[in-house]
Amino acid sequence: MIDYGKKINAAVRSIKPSGIRKFFDIAAEIPDAISLGVGEPDFVTPWNTRSAAITSLRRGHTAYTSNRGLKELRSEISRYLSARFSLDYNPDTEMFVTVGASEAIDLALRTLVSEGDEVLVPDPSYVSYVPGITLAGGVPVPVPTRAEDDFALTVSALRVAASKKSKVLILPYPNNPTGAIMTKEQLEEVARFAVEHDLMIISDEIYAELTYGRRHVSVCALSGMKERCVLISGFSKAFAMTGWRIGYVAAPKEVTDGMLKIHQYTIMCAPTFSQYAALGALKDGAIDGYADVEYMREQYDMRRSFLVSRFNGMGLECFEPKGAFYVFPSVKKSGGDGEEFAGRLLKEKHVAVVPGGAFGESGKDYVRCSYACSLATLKTACDRIEEFLK
Amino acid sequence: MDKFETSVLSLVKSDGRMREKDIATALKCDESKVVKALESLEKRGVILGYTAVVDEGKLGKDYVEALIEVKVTPKSAKGFDEIAADIERFDEVKSLYLMSGAYDLCIIIEGKTLREVAMFVSEKLSCLDSVLSTATHFILKKYKIDGMSVEKVENERLVVQP
Repeated sequence: MIDYGKKINAAVRSIKPSGIRKFFDIAAEIPDAISLGVGEPDFVTPWNTRSAAITSLRRGHTAYTSNRGLKELRSEISRYLSARFSLDYNPDTEMFVTVGASEAIDLALRTLVSEGDEVLVPDPSYVSYVPGITLAGGVPVPVPTRAEDDFALTVSALRVAASKKSKVLILPYPNNPTGAIMTKEQLEEVARFAVEHDLMIISDEIYAELTYGRRHVSVCALSGMKERCVLISGFSKAFAMTGWRIGYVAAPKEVTDGMLKIHQYTIMCAPTFSQYAALGALKDGAIDGYADVEYMREQYDMRRSFLVSRFNGMGLECFEPKGAFYVFPSVKKSGGDGEEFAGRLLKEKHVAVVPGGAFGESGKDYVRCSYACSLATLKTACDRIEEFLK
Repeated sequence: MDKFETSVLSLVKSDGRMREKDIATALKCDESKVVKALESLEKRGVILGYTAVVDEGKLGKDYVEALIEVKVTPKSAKGFDEIAADIERFDEVKSLYLMSGAYDLCIIIEGKTLREVAMFVSEKLSCLDSVLSTATHFILKKYKIDGMSVEKVENERLVVQP
């Protein structure tokens, strides 16, 4: 008998399986479960984008692309970043195309983090940062964010968490799971802190197109910040392209060169037809002012208003999230924590939400509710939750 | 038609049973504003009514639907409107459109049996003075009705995701 305990890498062994998994297993058994637990758009990828991929296949574009990805796609991404977020990246030396933003996160961590380096991670945040840091040999240091601050990252919290070993700060805004955004002023304070402590910033801006009431500001666009920022984004959320696995990274040449080394040895290149689809999405967007993106955002905005208003109406306190497609209400009043609430809600009323604790300790008393589903679904879910609370 | 009315309309078009209260919640406004907008849309004839989209094929009853192409002689001064008004009055007629192209009027008609539809064409429609010719096409199977897929589209998304 092989003792696999000894065979499996120690870092891999130390990683806990995602807390979400357990819920998925229970929810999958309930046939009439309504899910507010989904983390992807409910829209199908716009037809023109799908068509661009089909055309590329018809024409026989089935080979590898260069490691960096199609030159034309990189040029379009560069133009897009400039037009939408006032960012300036050279498509040939400062960016490349990845297999979703997820790959870019892993590459950035492996490139910037050395054994024992501390990485500051706002808490709660998306589930893959902490394991990614651990696998890269780093030490994740959670930086608590609070509902009182609308879950924005504050310099006072950073000061408590930072040490001499701090090397990287992850800046995931608009945020999954809280829906929080960072205003330009808040970013400027964090930027000053990063400069003061000589931190590199990994800015995960996958939800950048999904902000409500104000445009997203990228930390990388702040004066003097480009040199210490790694911008990570992709097509999954704004262009409804989760299954295509297509993202990108933009950063100073030295950083992308490092990341590219890992990418070329492990991945080669992002799927070619996905690259053509992304190219189609950007080209169309440049012509019609990103009409598909705008349409989807308007739909999300209506759902967001609906969910926040209904939750507050039934006594589930939540701040008004300004980004992504999540609402993050506190369930403290129900007596239990997020996990207990989500478990009972699923069993008793067949509504799936994700316990906030899955995203970090600071999310323990909250649940994440996604509004990436139809208004009719949201309404039924809200009615059930209201009954549940009575 | 202002932006608000457009939003209200897009919501009731996708779900005609959506209540004013819920529309107001989604659009962040007072219920009374939604009620007013709907009343105005109805009064102006933008909204003609609210109805269920039914897949008649699932009722287990005899049911046929046909599309009839009709060529007519337009009347001077009245054009097609007069003959259209005559045809529209038949209860069997579900929809009636004036078309561009090879024929003039397009009628969607429903009946219990093939014979019933045939009787309508031969005894009612063809007898009208202005009607020159008709061509009847029976609908064999429906895949999509008024924007709704007849077969439920499977939701492929995982129930819970990070």
